[in-house]
Amino acid sequence: MTNGWVDIKNADMMLVMGGNPAENHPCGFKWVIEAKRTRNAKLIVIDPRYTRTASVSDLFLQIRAGADIAFLGGVIRYAMENNRIAKDYLLNYTNAAFVVKDGFKLPEDDGLFSGFDAKTQTYDKATWNYAGSGGGGGRDSAQGYTLGAAAHPPSSGAPSPPSLPQTVEFDPTLQHPMCVYQLMRKHYSRYTPEMVERITGIPKDQFLKAADLFTSIRKDGDLKKVACVIYAVGWTQHSFGTQIIRTAAILQLMMGNVGRAGGGVNALRGHSNIQGATDMAGIFENLPGYLKVPIPADKSLGDWMHRITPTPSKPGQWQSFNYWSNTPKFAVSLLKALYGDAATKQNDFAFDFLPKVDRNYSWTYLWDNMYNGVVKGLFAFGMNGVAIGPDSKKNIDALKKADWLVVGEIYPDETSEFWKSPGITTDEMKSIQTTVYRLPCAGFAEKDGTFTNSARWLQWKNAALPTPLDCRLDQAIVAQIFLKVRALYQADGGKFPDPILKLTWNYTDPLNPSLAEVLKEINGKTFVDAEDPATKQQLKANQQLPGFAWLKDDGTTACGNWIYSGAYTEAGNLTMRRDASDPSGMGVHQNWAWSWPANRRVLYNRASCNLEGKPWDSARRQVWWSESAQKWVGNDVPDFKPDSKPADHMGPFIMNPEGVGRLFAPLGAFAEGPLPEYYEPTESPIENLFHPQQSHNPVIKRFKTPDDKYSTPQEGYTVVCTTYRLTEHYHYWTKNNPMNVQLVPEPFVEIPEELAQDLGLHGGDKVKVSSIRGTYIAKAMVTKRIKPMMIDGKKTYQVGFPIHWGYRGIAEDEGKTSKTLANLVTPTVVDPNAYTPEFKGFLVKVEKA
Amino acid sequence: MSQATLRVQKISGHAGSVPGLDTQRQDLVCKLVDTTTCIGCKACEVACVEWNDMPFSPTTFDNTYQTMPETRWNYWNLILFNEHEHEDGSLQWLMRKHQCMHCAEPGCLEACPSDGAIVQYSNGVVDFQQDHCIGCGYCITGCPFNIPKLNNVTKRVYKCSLCTDRISEGLEPACIKSCPTGCLHFGTKDDMKDLAEQRAKQLKDHYGFANAGVYDPPGVGGTGVIYVLHDVTKPELYGGLPKNPTIPLSVKLWKHPLKWIGNLAIAGGLIGLFVHYLRYGPKAREEEDIRPFGGQA
Repeated sequence: MTNGWVDIKNADMMLVMGGNPAENHPCGFKWVIEAKRTRNAKLIVIDPRYTRTASVSDLFLQIRAGADIAFLGGVIRYAMENNRIAKDYLLNYTNAAFVVKDGFKLPEDDGLFSGFDAKTQTYDKATWNYAGSGGGGGRDSAQGYTLGAAAHPPSSGAPSPPSLPQTVEFDPTLQHPMCVYQLMRKHYSRYTPEMVERITGIPKDQFLKAADLFTSIRKDGDLKKVACVIYAVGWTQHSFGTQIIRTAAILQLMMGNVGRAGGGVNALRGHSNIQGATDMAGIFENLPGYLKVPIPADKSLGDWMHRITPTPSKPGQWQSFNYWSNTPKFAVSLLKALYGDAATKQNDFAFDFLPKVDRNYSWTYLWDNMYNGVVKGLFAFGMNGVAIGPDSKKNIDALKKADWLVVGEIYPDETSEFWKSPGITTDEMKSIQTTVYRLPCAGFAEKDGTFTNSARWLQWKNAALPTPLDCRLDQAIVAQIFLKVRALYQADGGKFPDPILKLTWNYTDPLNPSLAEVLKEINGKTFVDAEDPATKQQLKANQQLPGFAWLKDDGTTACGNWIYSGAYTEAGNLTMRRDASDPSGMGVHQNWAWSWPANRRVLYNRASCNLEGKPWDSARRQVWWSESAQKWVGNDVPDFKPDSKPADHMGPFIMNPEGVGRLFAPLGAFAEGPLPEYYEPTESPIENLFHPQQSHNPVIKRFKTPDDKYSTPQEGYTVVCTTYRLTEHYHYWTKNNPMNVQLVPEPFVEIPEELAQDLGLHGGDKVKVSSIRGTYIAKAMVTKRIKPMMIDGKKTYQVGFPIHWGYRGIAEDEGKTSKTLANLVTPTVVDPNAYTPEFKGFLVKVEKA
Repeated sequence: MSQATLRVQKISGHAGSVPGLDTQRQDLVCKLVDTTTCIGCKACEVACVEWNDMPFSPTTFDNTYQTMPETRWNYWNLILFNEHEHEDGSLQWLMRKHQCMHCAEPGCLEACPSDGAIVQYSNGVVDFQQDHCIGCGYCITGCPFNIPKLNNVTKRVYKCSLCTDRISEGLEPACIKSCPTGCLHFGTKDDMKDLAEQRAKQLKDHYGFANAGVYDPPGVGGTGVIYVLHDVTKPELYGGLPKNPTIPLSVKLWKHPLKWIGNLAIAGGLIGLFVHYLRYGPKAREEEDIRPFGGQA
């Protein structure tokens, strides 16, 4: 979330789309209700089904699953046509006025941006850039910062990546035909209400009602009111998921809603610590703190730093903080945290010890690799691999080919029992050679540590119970395996033992590291006495760092994750703080737990003020420029260079080299284009109405194993299907808990009344939902909450079902279910930026079972 | 509030005055259920089961998100889900927390023939005392909301106690504590009425619900559980909430005019019994098989 849960109470308008927070985040959802109760805020819900969230909405529209970009593009067009935009914000805080390079082409006729290579299905992104001069290695030293990258020059011969111009051409009148604003206007002019209706199935008048209501907060350009966008995996789980979120971000930037209390683009994370997993490098392309991983072409620390450290790119007279210019400080401190004394200036701070990522190691690729015999074994901890990924049959087939599988769990699950999944005969079972180790882990209430929530708060929790019997904590299991591997390296040597032998492992109990010690390590410390030149605050050697501003690229600091620096300081473990006071009344709660970065609660909060540094809305004061103190002060921690005067015109989006929000995302930011374009889901009932010859996301690559099949309407798969979750259950886990099973005892499929009539189905009858990959069987829930839709003039049905069941659990073991997994029907196709599978919006047949 | 301050003000099947009545002034307590902010998450259902230590009982899929068709002796609090289509085609998914209403004039208590099996405290809470329950099921007939449920094994009737054990210690009922959206409120009847009216006004003024209002039915003297409804003129849409609930006529007749006839019959019976005893002597007592509370129904 750019904002936070509690902050939602400051909203005047809320758009929930691609999410069902009342179902999946009922506790956080209280703040939506609070905004309604205390501010008369309005809630718009757009979803394929009338959901629990929709039940308390002020306007609900049913959309075809996957058609979100068409809808949002239509709203962008509506806002532009009706002057419901934040002019000053747009001009000064976004790249609307930036001029784009000649040769850049919009996808209006053929569905392709400039630079597409059909053979490799990739783009040459050279034209996806700003017009301007300079750049490519030039570092901005105007801020008075020592830019560490300069100390690590690239080794000769390393290819220089395409870069943004140092000085960008811009047109503050927004009239230049190649300026971002005009390009956007042209691009989204095609997203007419008629087109929105044909693609999304939302009737034109209803669409206009929603567009009018959402943008009504910007009537006549007044900037007082704020709208927020709330979403979850209903947006991410598409073959263009990242671009849906981009469309929402563009809309919010145009309306001046980012950085403001009650605004923002807010991702609701699905699990208690998914945000933490992402922050701590749960994604293969990242190291902790979103540092981009080294690749084989990075021959030295210098190469790596040169490639991933951006330089400012902005109109000449504006300023850009370009905070990622500090990348070398974060990277060197991470290496020091990992390798301690073994990381020296002479050996490039042990840069060679870091693995160089040579290919795609994301979820579906790993399973594809296992299917193809490349990956031989799998550790599955804290997840049910067979059940959670798309195309369960492919995953089960892949595990049959693995040598070994280690599952750490508290229940017998589908993954550890893949070898006896329904359909496997006794004979076949005998032929499966995979060795399965099941380790008894600890449950959530038996572990301490932090959860990082959607609002980026790190909150410490204590263990409520001891682990039973011989169950062990995850970190104890991992530590014991690691120390055993290390002992083997010590005894037998190996090809490259140093990264294992020299890894820092200074825990009081090496066999069971305390998570508080790990958090301390992540926060980081200084190896030498240090002083902050501005505040004169002093640190002694080996003291904990107060925050990431103290990080150095000379090896004198260690930090496991720069964005978490400040969580465990000399003042103690700040994630344990439980002071609920909130002097501003705006839900900031400065002393409750600790929020990354720098305990800041709303990101980009400089944008909550006008150019002079005064809040757009005097009733919701977050930060402001204090003339007397000559710095930024406020109720929240300013997300800005604290002493940058408003007159300097420094951009509020300090993590972008432009300093401003990106309506147009240049160069390699996204795989399929710098502006979101509507593409059909991989399996869709119609061809793309904008460009039938380019129906789907052009850079999507399909997997090629015999298990990878894709449904088409021609083969009779005409019903749009989506999958989701229930508030009564937690993933594939609570099917083992009697209380949850009592609340919702069995799997079901939600089916529109009209479709049920066509099929002669009654509520409670068994129904079979089949894709070309597999079949899901459950009881029919015949409902008014999903209606047939007119998609491009053709009556189209949607169905959907929750994912929570499998072949092990209370109902399953009692023989009350068909033991089919929801993901038997979903396709293995992923978003090209985030590699998230398309669990939503695929094609099926529905039959009476 | 300590337990000692909970004073009984009515007792079922009890002749004569109520001990301690009005010896201490006690505010009426009230739950406010704002159906317009209920998301049907069932946290209150779980809290109720857990706080009251209820045994689980099996449920089956029934074409709905609702946990079970109606409350059970071991399931006192149930969210009712109703899909309602308006004439213009728009849809509402109405969710209502269904439980004992704690009527000011409780039909169950009126109907109950057993001395002390149902009491009403001076704070308005209607509470079943299973120790005194004879399992006749008259209370079930007397309730206009279909709340009390008989355990076929223990032959006793159960329902929501409004968490008397919690509220007598100054705590809120378990369901209120668990509600994530703040759709459930608890306080004095006056305060809850005010809050409910304010919310209904907000719904009229800002959210276009012209018929928004508060459900506090006078037919049973008002209730200790009140609702804010989007449309107070159609309470039946919310899982059959009666428009004007009253104590069934049969119960009223039976407990008032007909009672004297009954008493006469009892007197006649007693005389007959006495004559019978004189003639035949006492009868040998048979052992009863009663399984403990917690047995599966």
